Amino acid sequence: MALPENEVLAHLADIVSEETGIDTAEIQLDKSFTDDLDIDSLSMMTIVTLAEEKFDVRIPDEEVKNLVTVGDAVTFIANQG
Amino acid sequence: MNVVVTGLGATTPLGGDVPSTWEAALAGKSGVRPLEYDWVEKYRVPITIAGQLAVRPDEVLSRPEMKRMDPMSQYALVATREAWADAGSPDVDPLRLGTVVSTGIGGVWTMLDAWDTVRDRGPERVLPLSVPMLMPNSATAYVELELGAKAGAHAVVSACASGAEALALAYDMIQSGRADIVVAGGTEAAIHPLPISTFAAMKTLSKRLDDPERASRPYDVDRDGFVLGEGAAIMVLESEEHAVARGARIRARLLGTGRTADGYHIAAPEPTGDGQKRAMLAAVEQAGLTLADICHINAHATSTPVGDPIEARGIRDLLGEHADQVLVSATKSMTGHLLGGAGALESVFTIKALEDRVAPPTINVDNPDPDLAINLVRDTPAALPASGDLAAINNSFGFGGHNVALVLGNA
Repeated sequence: MALPENEVLAHLADIVSEETGIDTAEIQLDKSFTDDLDIDSLSMMTIVTLAEEKFDVRIPDEEVKNLVTVGDAVTFIANQG
Repeated sequence: MNVVVTGLGATTPLGGDVPSTWEAALAGKSGVRPLEYDWVEKYRVPITIAGQLAVRPDEVLSRPEMKRMDPMSQYALVATREAWADAGSPDVDPLRLGTVVSTGIGGVWTMLDAWDTVRDRGPERVLPLSVPMLMPNSATAYVELELGAKAGAHAVVSACASGAEALALAYDMIQSGRADIVVAGGTEAAIHPLPISTFAAMKTLSKRLDDPERASRPYDVDRDGFVLGEGAAIMVLESEEHAVARGARIRARLLGTGRTADGYHIAAPEPTGDGQKRAMLAAVEQAGLTLADICHINAHATSTPVGDPIEARGIRDLLGEHADQVLVSATKSMTGHLLGGAGALESVFTIKALEDRVAPPTINVDNPDPDLAINLVRDTPAALPASGDLAAINNSFGFGGHNVALVLGNA
């Protein structure tokens, strides 16, 4: 069953904010993890690990490179959940 | 090349910075309190008191900083920021700036939390930053990142001598011309069921659980072990040339270092104190001084039945009659034993003593060892000579037979 995207965004924004200190209001669907939010690869892996647990989903390593924007991640997680 | 101290920082059981820590030490306060964590009961932790930080790091660090660092690195960063600001936030060539921040135990919280995750929730749940957080060089690396230091970042490990040995390596780096400034010290965050249980199994910890503030009592006949402490102390060491050129305030001088090993036992100190005496003598000689120049010693003195008298006899043997003139302070009576942070914190105390010309008290010495032949400062601070150059020794010894003595002088 798919999770509502707005719910996924809210929880994901909390995870990203907790990890990086970026205000949750800044963490919007069109923001790029690397270019806009300046999140390095290790932090991204931490976020993925925390998101997998939070949403009880599996985000394969080969999928992570496709998650360019916050919206990409939200869509992927919502479709898995 | 002369090595001077231009900045001090600390977070300790007595205070969240150097001024509050020093004020509490001069007042003879104890930072030892009952442990109030749920794990104490859950794991039937046998020792329920410790010298715990007066100011928790989450009161001063951001949430991401807290999450990326093991507590030992958090404490080191707090102390580093104070020390760096105290030094006037030096404008220094990054290629001439180094760090040496040591720990005796390492990132024990991170390591064991990560293992709990692997065991209970599976390897895919373990956080990717676990190794960079738990590695013993993590604290020095985070200090390196904080300051952008590029001359070298080191973490020498010698158990309870680690913090002092860090300062000694920093001295070497400046003396040998590798760096103009080295940010150095020690940190420890090992108030965790595993180290406590292990130290308790070794019978090294005080069992005076019903009287925490009086449990750490170096040189008292009723001492029954050390009290575990936590915290960090960091200082900015600098070549005198560099400090003078930038108009820095020189707070003290690191005049000499002595480092020896016992070659005797993995945990017990060598009974004659030979290695300790050789360390003290080497430090005094490197300083270009004689033993008669020493006016104060901040002793290692952890409050164990075995260790305290060996050091005290060594001081008497080495100094002879001059020992009567040397004011000895055992500040672990107030802070507990910060393990890898101890040598650095006690060097900070030694510097403050030289600055203020006053030796801090040793509390809880109700009945000194009958054969104690040192001039121990008890209960209240004691005045050091009111004028002239002063020199003092800070001793630190660690499991493994590591002996480190530092000679510090006033500015």
